[in-house]
Amino acid sequence: MKGYKHHISRLLFLIVLIFSCSILFAGEAESAKTNKEKPKGDSLNVGTMILEHIADAHEWHIMTIGTTEVTIPLPVILYDNGKISVFCSCQFNHGETAYQGYKIETEGENKGKIVRVLDDGTVDKTAALPLDLSITKNTMSIFICLLILCVIFISIARRYSRNPNKAPSGFQAMLEVLILFIRDDIVQPSIGKKYEKYMPYLLTLFFFIFFCNLLGLIPFFPGGANITGNIAITMVLAIFTFIITSFSAKKSYWVHLVNTPGVPWWLKLPIPIMPIVEIIGVITKPFVLMVRLFANITAGHIIVLGFIGLIFIFGKMNVGIGYGTSVVSVAFSVFMGLLELLVAFLQAYVFTLLSSLYFGMASEEHEHHVENHTNH
Amino acid sequence: MELVTPQIGLIFWMTLSFLIVLFILGKFAWKPIMKALKDRQESIEGSLLAADRAKEEMSQLVFSNEQLMKEAKDERDAMLRDARKIRDNIIGEAKTKAEEEANRIVETAKENIHFEKMAALTDLKNQIAILSIEIAEKIMKENLSTDDKQKELVTKLLNETHFN
Repeated sequence: MKGYKHHISRLLFLIVLIFSCSILFAGEAESAKTNKEKPKGDSLNVGTMILEHIADAHEWHIMTIGTTEVTIPLPVILYDNGKISVFCSCQFNHGETAYQGYKIETEGENKGKIVRVLDDGTVDKTAALPLDLSITKNTMSIFICLLILCVIFISIARRYSRNPNKAPSGFQAMLEVLILFIRDDIVQPSIGKKYEKYMPYLLTLFFFIFFCNLLGLIPFFPGGANITGNIAITMVLAIFTFIITSFSAKKSYWVHLVNTPGVPWWLKLPIPIMPIVEIIGVITKPFVLMVRLFANITAGHIIVLGFIGLIFIFGKMNVGIGYGTSVVSVAFSVFMGLLELLVAFLQAYVFTLLSSLYFGMASEEHEHHVENHTNH
Repeated sequence: MELVTPQIGLIFWMTLSFLIVLFILGKFAWKPIMKALKDRQESIEGSLLAADRAKEEMSQLVFSNEQLMKEAKDERDAMLRDARKIRDNIIGEAKTKAEEEANRIVETAKENIHFEKMAALTDLKNQIAILSIEIAEKIMKENLSTDDKQKELVTKLLNETHFN
């Protein structure tokens, strides 16, 4: 037991260390960015800066040194009018030039999206948006996160099969705590006997969310993308949960949905109020899953960025005040960072717990009349 | 608004990659890990059960050992008792036999002695008879050396003898 604690505390220490260092880096990157933006608009718009940071992008911005931006270019894949075009996002020259009749919109409703341009360089307002299947910053982050998952867990699995019936050691021991926690404290109590077939999905879900959350807390290259704070990603996860729930549902679940037992008949017969409520409930569950994760992670990022932004707002008034604020802001950011570490685990836990609860409810054989109407 | 509008591309890549990773992890990671965890749990449970059983068997073994020892002791005692009895019997039998033999020997000896004595007595009687005759002869020879004496004796003998 002592060994486990030791490892966890070591990992926490490492994360905090990386995190506190990276806040400084983030600060520098910010200052560089604002410096660059100054000549353009001469106004520091922290709100825009924050939204840009938590949004997706076609290139991976690392930092700006002077006027040169250090970015990792990512491939752009467009499907437009039955034609697939693949090219490097560096062709857009950080959004300044058009390429092959496309450019990244810089303002308006479609800001940040790839739009068609006319020959004279203006945006083609009449054309539909091309289907953008680019490997964006978030997509790349997903790949990195999934790759990390694969590497870690396949190597651990190999260790398990190499020393069967031995006590776990090192990293394996640390993750075994989490795996056993998921199995014994989340999945088994909520699903019951037939929990085993849901384990692969729930374990993947938990570790994907957890690792993505942690990666999102690291402000530079391998991390930094706001993966689980992106609605598309949480939506996909919620839809997976919804699909698995629906497919593992037994007859009683559907009966419960259409003809809710234990409710007066007049709530069902002329106007099917209860069935409507139940169906709304079914849709609400994954919707809430989606919004909860998205909102929690995005909010955390916005707050941290807000604290960093404060430094530059005050720094613009007076350099001294800026330095003074930086102390407070960094302290708050570190506090928020620690809070976000907690949230990173908590949200992964909540998503997994609720998913397994829904699976458990749907796959229940016998009927329970009085429970789970107010789960959302 | 852009923040809450899911992008098609991201949904596409997320779904695809997540499903692939779900498949890979399910096959190469979760399956062996869950199996190993279950196996370990079972083996620990099994070992604990086996230990309990061994303990019980141990106590039973100790009990049966004691029983066995007691039985062995009893058997030994019985054997010793039997042996003692047999020994006593043998000794007693030997004693009586020896006594009988001794008596028999003594008896024969007595008989022998008796015979010897009788033989000796007979022999002695014969000797005495022979000696008496010899003495009588010698005396006779002396007494009948003269005729008178011979006549006297004859007369005496004739007198003593009753004629029928």
